[in-house]
Amino acid sequence: MRRQLPLAIIFVMGVFTIVTNFIPAKPVADLNQMFRNWYLGIITFFTFLGTINLARVSGERLKEKSRDWQYHIILLMALATQLFLGFYKWSPDALREGSPFMYVYFNLQFPLESTMYSLLAFFMTSASFRAFRARNKEALLLLLAAVVVMLGRVPIGSSIWHGFPSVTEWLMSYPNAAAKRGIMIGIDLGLISMSLRMILGIERSYMQ
Amino acid sequence: MILKRIAVSLSVQALRATAFAGVAALVLALGASAATTPGETSPEQAPADQSPAGQALTQVTVLPPEITSLKDTPHDAGTSIDIAWQVSPSEASAPGSVLEYKVMRADSPSGEFAEVGATPTASSTYSDGTTLPHRQYWYRIDAIGLTSSASSGVAGPAVSVMQWYNGRTSVLGLVVFCCASILIYISIARRKMGKVFVRRIPALDAFDEAIGRATEMGKSVLYVAGGLDIDDPQTVASMNILARVAEKVATYGTRLLMPCCRAMQMSMARETVKESYLRVGKPDDYKEEDIRYLTDDQFGFVAGVDGIMMRERPAANFYLGAFYAESLILAETGFSTGAIQIAGTAMIDQLPFFVAACDYTLIGEELYAAGASLSEDPVQLGTIKGQDVAKALFVVIIIVGIVFSLAGNPLFYRWFSVH
Repeated sequence: MRRQLPLAIIFVMGVFTIVTNFIPAKPVADLNQMFRNWYLGIITFFTFLGTINLARVSGERLKEKSRDWQYHIILLMALATQLFLGFYKWSPDALREGSPFMYVYFNLQFPLESTMYSLLAFFMTSASFRAFRARNKEALLLLLAAVVVMLGRVPIGSSIWHGFPSVTEWLMSYPNAAAKRGIMIGIDLGLISMSLRMILGIERSYMQ
Repeated sequence: MILKRIAVSLSVQALRATAFAGVAALVLALGASAATTPGETSPEQAPADQSPAGQALTQVTVLPPEITSLKDTPHDAGTSIDIAWQVSPSEASAPGSVLEYKVMRADSPSGEFAEVGATPTASSTYSDGTTLPHRQYWYRIDAIGLTSSASSGVAGPAVSVMQWYNGRTSVLGLVVFCCASILIYISIARRKMGKVFVRRIPALDAFDEAIGRATEMGKSVLYVAGGLDIDDPQTVASMNILARVAEKVATYGTRLLMPCCRAMQMSMARETVKESYLRVGKPDDYKEEDIRYLTDDQFGFVAGVDGIMMRERPAANFYLGAFYAESLILAETGFSTGAIQIAGTAMIDQLPFFVAACDYTLIGEELYAAGASLSEDPVQLGTIKGQDVAKALFVVIIIVGIVFSLAGNPLFYRWFSVH
């Protein structure tokens, strides 16, 4: 029973979901929406679980004075501060522009996130440098295509040769789009196959 | 425990629904945008054209349009009626004299008409998506000019009827074929236990190598299941792979680190890893605190994982699941620590980053097939064979579609179009 009940639920819900994609009738759509609302409810509950887990793990690391324990003080302080600002007397307007909560968000969290995102530019350069080394015929082809596309996307490219933008457009619209669509068809078929394995209870590595 | 099981089942049922809901939301958003844009300029708000031609237009008396068709929108939940009309003759005689058409609706022919939508002058059709099933409605079209307006005659009654089939026969046919081929191969595999051949995937062969290397070096293994929750199929696929990775890690006695960016993902990962440790008979080696939640924030999560990589220096990094811009930041940081890196995602735009920065990459469908391949269970491998047969059908459909298109016949294309 411990195994059969979850498998039965997965089967019923999986088949129901497939069927709802072909039945527009309101009773079925309403039932589907109700199940999705249940999922949202569970997600909300797990947000609290995650916050508690974060505080507990950091607290333990702090208690044990494990390596780099100082960082956990900063983490716990940041967590407590944002919780305080969100729940204290400003709470009804916590998301209003200029509120203490949003002040911290826009002046601390947002710049930190932007900094992490900006790293992408440097990492892209280093990854491209390795990827475009012409070690074999395929890599040489990739290098040539990359050079053409890069020149076609910047103003200096058309200054060197007016044909770069149109060659770039052709590369992106035909060989690139065809390859992408091929991968996408494979992804969808893989998804159907995996879903069937789970609906039929063949793939249950997560619950044996 | 039961709550978690229910959560898992809900995630599975939500996989396709989420995708369809996303597309539907996009379509609705575009429709709403197209419908509301012209309505933003009312006759009163329209700037007065002071040129002689503009002054002439203000003197034109707009002639009424005429409703030509009023019918239930097919294949829907009974919440929409399609209206078509012949545009006002004034559009031809004095172009620019009509600003927009307002679609008016009432519950009876003599009842009070209220606006349900508006269209620009170029349009002569409208779908009223605010109707209730099995209820009668009467419609009128108002042509709005610069200084005058004209109404069509009242048409009706129209009734929207709830349908039980959305008419996507081509999609249904393909889904049935795919499922049938997979089920047939499951049946064949059950009869010929242990005799199913599936092409080996190099990235999966490297799993043992990566975990073995980490064990020899006395370092940990890092596993990242992507940035989405368990309602995403890629995360579910990642959990299937995690079960096999955790089995190997438990067998070798290596430490498994798994930072999560979703609390539910963490919860499911803990259950999965715990079950794997139990399967290999080492339940005491399982450390719950090694699978922990960091943050839901995308770049906050990246910063946290990068920090773990730089401090713990894991010898093998697995990035399997749904990734966005964080893919390259994670993979390049991992590369700088000298770890063996195996990635896999179905996010098509992130694949080049993983291919460039990681040692092995599971491309698209390989991510979904990985769990079955690693299990070496003939029945699960049979589903991959069935999937390949479906793939062959798609190749045939594409070739036939090309031939039909080259011949100038749109029938084949139309049959596969989804509205």
